[in-house]
Formats: sequence, C-alpha cells, structure tokens
Amino acid sequence: MTTTVPDAQAPEAVFDAALAADERIEPRDWMPDAYRATLVRQIAQHAHSEIIGMQPEANWITRAPSLRRKAILMAKVQDEAGHGLYLYSAAETLGTGREELLDKLHSGRQRYSSIFNYPTLTWADVGAIGWLVDGAAITNQVPLCRCSYGPYARAMIRICKEESFHQRQGYELLLALSRGTEAQHAMAQDAVNRWWWPSLMMFGPPDDASAHSAQSMAWKIKRHSNDELRQRFVDICVPQAESLGLTLPDPDLRWNEQRGHHDFGAIDWDEFHEVLRGNGPCNEQRIERRRRAHEEGAWVREAAAAYAAKHDGHHGTHDKHAEHTEHDNHGKPEEAAA
Amino acid sequence: MNRVPVPAALALGDDALVLSHRLGEWAGNAPVLEEEVALANIALDLLGQARALLSLAGDEDELAFLREERAFRNVQLVEQPNGDFAHTIARQLYFSAYQQLLYGQLASGEGPFAPLAAKAVKEVAYHLDHAEHWTLRLGDGTPESHARMQRALDALWRYTGELFEPVEGVSADWPALQDGWSAYVTDVLRRAGLTLPEGPREGAWTAGAGRQGIHTEPFGRMLAEMQHLHRSHPGASW
Amino acid sequence: MTGTDWPLWEVFVRSRRGLSHTHAGSLHAPDAEMALRNARDLYTRRSEGVSIWVVPSSAITASSPDEKDPFFEPAADKAYRHPTFYEIPEGVRHL
Repeated sequence: MTTTVPDAQAPEAVFDAALAADERIEPRDWMPDAYRATLVRQIAQHAHSEIIGMQPEANWITRAPSLRRKAILMAKVQDEAGHGLYLYSAAETLGTGREELLDKLHSGRQRYSSIFNYPTLTWADVGAIGWLVDGAAITNQVPLCRCSYGPYARAMIRICKEESFHQRQGYELLLALSRGTEAQHAMAQDAVNRWWWPSLMMFGPPDDASAHSAQSMAWKIKRHSNDELRQRFVDICVPQAESLGLTLPDPDLRWNEQRGHHDFGAIDWDEFHEVLRGNGPCNEQRIERRRRAHEEGAWVREAAAAYAAKHDGHHGTHDKHAEHTEHDNHGKPEEAAA
Repeated sequence: MNRVPVPAALALGDDALVLSHRLGEWAGNAPVLEEEVALANIALDLLGQARALLSLAGDEDELAFLREERAFRNVQLVEQPNGDFAHTIARQLYFSAYQQLLYGQLASGEGPFAPLAAKAVKEVAYHLDHAEHWTLRLGDGTPESHARMQRALDALWRYTGELFEPVEGVSADWPALQDGWSAYVTDVLRRAGLTLPEGPREGAWTAGAGRQGIHTEPFGRMLAEMQHLHRSHPGASW
Repeated sequence: MTGTDWPLWEVFVRSRRGLSHTHAGSLHAPDAEMALRNARDLYTRRSEGVSIWVVPSSAITASSPDEKDPFFEPAADKAYRHPTFYEIPEGVRHL
C-alpha cells in the first residue's frame, strides 16, 4: 500500500482505540513491546503453573483411596496438562515458542505460582488444593476471560469452563472427610490449616506493593486489583468453610458490618518472598522432576521427529482434502489377521 | 443364562485396573505434554472398564483395595513396571492388541460381557492405534529409539504367552485370538523395522501364572502403595 | 527440525454434524497423524467434537492487519447486499 497513513491510523492509536472500545487485541495486530512482554511473562507463568501444579496432586494418584476418587484425580491432573497446552499455544501466538518457555522454566528464569512449592502431605491436601487453590485460581481467572488479548481470553474461557469441576471435587472430597471418622476429620482440618494462608498469597502482593498491577490494569490484561480479588475470595470461603464443618486458621477473621466484607489477619509476606526466592519446601524438587521428565523424554521427541522427516511429515493423509480424513481407516488387528 | 462368572470378571477387571494404575504413574513424567494427555486418556478408559467389571463381581473398592496379592487375577504383563517410554508402549501394544481381539469376540457374542465389551472395544481401538503409531515412530525413528523399542519388546515377550490361556467363564476362540494377535504384532513390527522376539513364552519360568494369582515382585510394591491409605482407615468412606 | 522442536499445528473441530469446523487452538506434533491424535486427546476430551482437521500452522496464509482497511472497509458501504436494505409494503409475505 502506497497511500499515506493518516495520523489517526497510527498503530498506537489503533491499539489504544481498540482497548478503549473494549475490543480484543489479536496476534497480528500492532502492540507495544511492553504489552507483548507482559503478556508473554504472565501467560508463561500461568502455563508453567499448570504443569508444575500437576506434581503435588499426581503425588496421590497411585494412593487414591477409592476408584471413584482415583478417576476424578487422574482426570483433573490430565486437565492441568491440557490447560498448560492451551496456555503455551496462547503464548506462542505472541512469537515465543513452547520450547523456549520450557527452557526458561527449567533454568529458573521464569516462575510458576509459588503455591505449588508446598507439599501434599495427606490425601486431604488433594481436597484442600481443589477447594482453596483452585478456588483462588478461579477467582483470579474468571476476569481473565475478558482480558484484552484475544488468544489468552479464549484460552481462559475454555479453562474456566473445565475447571469448575476441579473446585467442586475438592470441596466434595473435604466434605466426605469432614463428615467421616475422627481421623478423617482431623486430616481435613490439618490440610485446610496448611493451605489457607498460601492460598491467600496466590493473589499476589498487596496493591501498594505490586510492581505490575497498574499498567496491567490500564492494558485491560488485569481487571481487578490483587486485594480486591483476595477480599472476594475470603468472603466466598467463609460460609463454605462453615458448611464443611471446618474452621479457617485465622483468629482475626470476622464479618465487618461497615465494610460489608470479612476482615482477616495479616499475611506473612516474608514467607511469600522466601518461597518466591526458591526457599519453599518443594522448589528444588518440583523443578528437578520437571527437568528430568523433559530430559528423559528427549529421545522420544527426537525419534518422532526423525520418523516424520523420513516419512515426509504428513504420513498417510497428506495429499487428500481434509474432509476426507474423516473416512480414513487405520490398520487394525482384524485386517492384519484377515 | 447371563449370570456373570466372577472369576472372569475379576481376571478382566484386574487387567484393566492394574494397567490403568501403571499408566497413572506417568502423570507428570511423560516425555512431552501431549503424551501426558494421551496416556491419561488411556488410563481413564481402563479404569472405567475396571470399575464396570469389578462391580459385576462385587464391591469395586473392596476388591481393589482389600484383596491380597495372591487374590489378583491379572496377567503378569500388565503389572510390569513402566520402564522407559518404549517399555510402556511395548506393554500397551501387546496388551491392547489382545484386548481388542478378545473384546471384539465378546462384543459380538451373547455372553454377560457383551454390552460392556461393545463399549470398551471402541476405547481399546484407540489405545491400540496410539501404541501402534508410537511403535512405528520408535522403531523407525533414531538408532537409540530403535534399540530401546527392540529391548522393550524382547523383555516383555515372555509375558505374552499367558494372554492366550483360556480364562474360566470367558467364552472366546482362544486359538483364533492367538493367531490374530500374532499376525497383527508381526505386521506392526515388520512395518516398524523391528524384529519379532523369539524367546520362550510358555512353560516353567516364563510367565503364565498371573491368572492363578502368582505375580512378579514389583506387583507387591505396587499394591502396597495403591492399598495403603484405604487400608489405614478400615470402614471409612471417601 | 531439531529433535525437541515439533512443528505447530492449528486444530479445527466440528462440534456436531451440520456445523462447520471451527478453530479450537493449536498444538505441537511431529507429523499429521500424531497431530490428529493429539488434537483428539486435547480438544475433544469432553465430547466437544465429531470431526477434526489439523493444518500445519506454517501452511496458513493470513490477511495482514495492516491491510485491514483496504481489505474489509470497502464492504461496509454496500448496504444493498443485505435484505434489510429493501422496503417492502406491509402484508407482503414469503419475501
């Protein structure tokens, strides 16, 4: 195009106008470098959290106490791998490949949610993670379905839809324990005691200490402040804990008539920063396991790539119209035996 | 008469339960994220089959969590540890090929397992497809993957003879099943550039006793892990 | 292609018969057959589809957002392409 672009059409103005009109930014649109970098950082951290988050729960798949619970837990951990994949795809639309992001995760240059640096010590922890950790995640994520970046918002819509079962299964698991034997009830209470405060930390530092919040809100990547979401979460959890017959480990927790919200005790931000710095109970272990899986899988990924190179990468279906793939027959024992 | 023969439900149910458990051990350890999802899908299908089958024989949880090792009736093949990805794929190829042929027969018959088999056979077709595609890729991938795949096929071969021993209460054409299985496995391995293993697979000290409750050493540890929590809280509900 | 870098594929899912395939997302796979299977496992875990297409992302040619106006704006002033453009006397039916 040789026509001069009028000022109003300057890419920056188009971007700003789209944000102002609450329209979505799409991958090939012009966007400020900092917007792109913020998104990549946030989406990557989110994706990493999903796949590191598989570990504390997978820790209990082989010990699940009933077959029903085992099926639920396997499906949930599988969903987390799936959510990681959706999110890596979203990051990929910004020009950063999954391999690069995984490298950064494995070498400690990118973070994942600190919550997964806490251990799952008993079966009840699976329930506490579902109820509190997934609950906090959902509180954070629902507004992200309206995030200004289209691919991220679409991934979040899919994820939120799928995650609604995660929180419910956790709650149901805890309810069964709470109403069960004395030992089961104690197990549930102990898990809630350990997971409550780390869950509140999931919303990030207080608003006045949050480095990225203001800009992210201006860009409509973020829609609510950390403290706003944290308060919303506390208000939701209090009556849910009552129905569970469990208590939340905070002596300062009480309803404040004037504010119309619950007041709650001071969060131990020193602990938060320690865990963030890598000194949580499981930081080493989580990354090490992730790195090992990746390294041990290298020969498998190489084999598949080598096979594809030998067979032209489109083995079997490459010269047909896509519609025809629906009618493909794959070799099956009956055919081989016939 | 469509009364369910309990030993048969246990044999088929235990196969599915134990293999599902082994596949569940992959969670968080798969070679690539896409395989996390794929392996979990297979594990979930098998767990669903196990629950349906064990429920025909009694209470699924009592059967899964409160039986001693000697009371399990699964073939030894499915209890073999995951090993590397090649071992997992070889185990799946051997087992899914067997399961598909067996369930195909059961689905087309009129026995008590027909409805269940009709549903399961579709799931198994996908498991087999997955195993076959990976067998081709590992066999015809890199020298390393070829060597690993061949080693896995060889190592697990001795456990395949047991697959074709008639199971009490399962009416199947066992010789035809074995022929179909051999033809299929031979064909896949040929296409993958792999060699059909030649070692013995019946007689003393080759496998064959899983259906009689004789298992391999790793199975006891697997059950210890699987049953520990349930057994620690007698009578509790979860 | 390096060993650890599988190509990217775009996934299109037909959610039920009678509807067209819709873009669902993307994934990595070494080849088309595996891409199809990965797509099945990832994007139809909850019965979201009856048919799947996978397309190498590199095979897609997209219109450029820079050409947005020349590409799409000329269509905006042709209201006569839409049925609501025409005034029909009241009471005339089946039109």
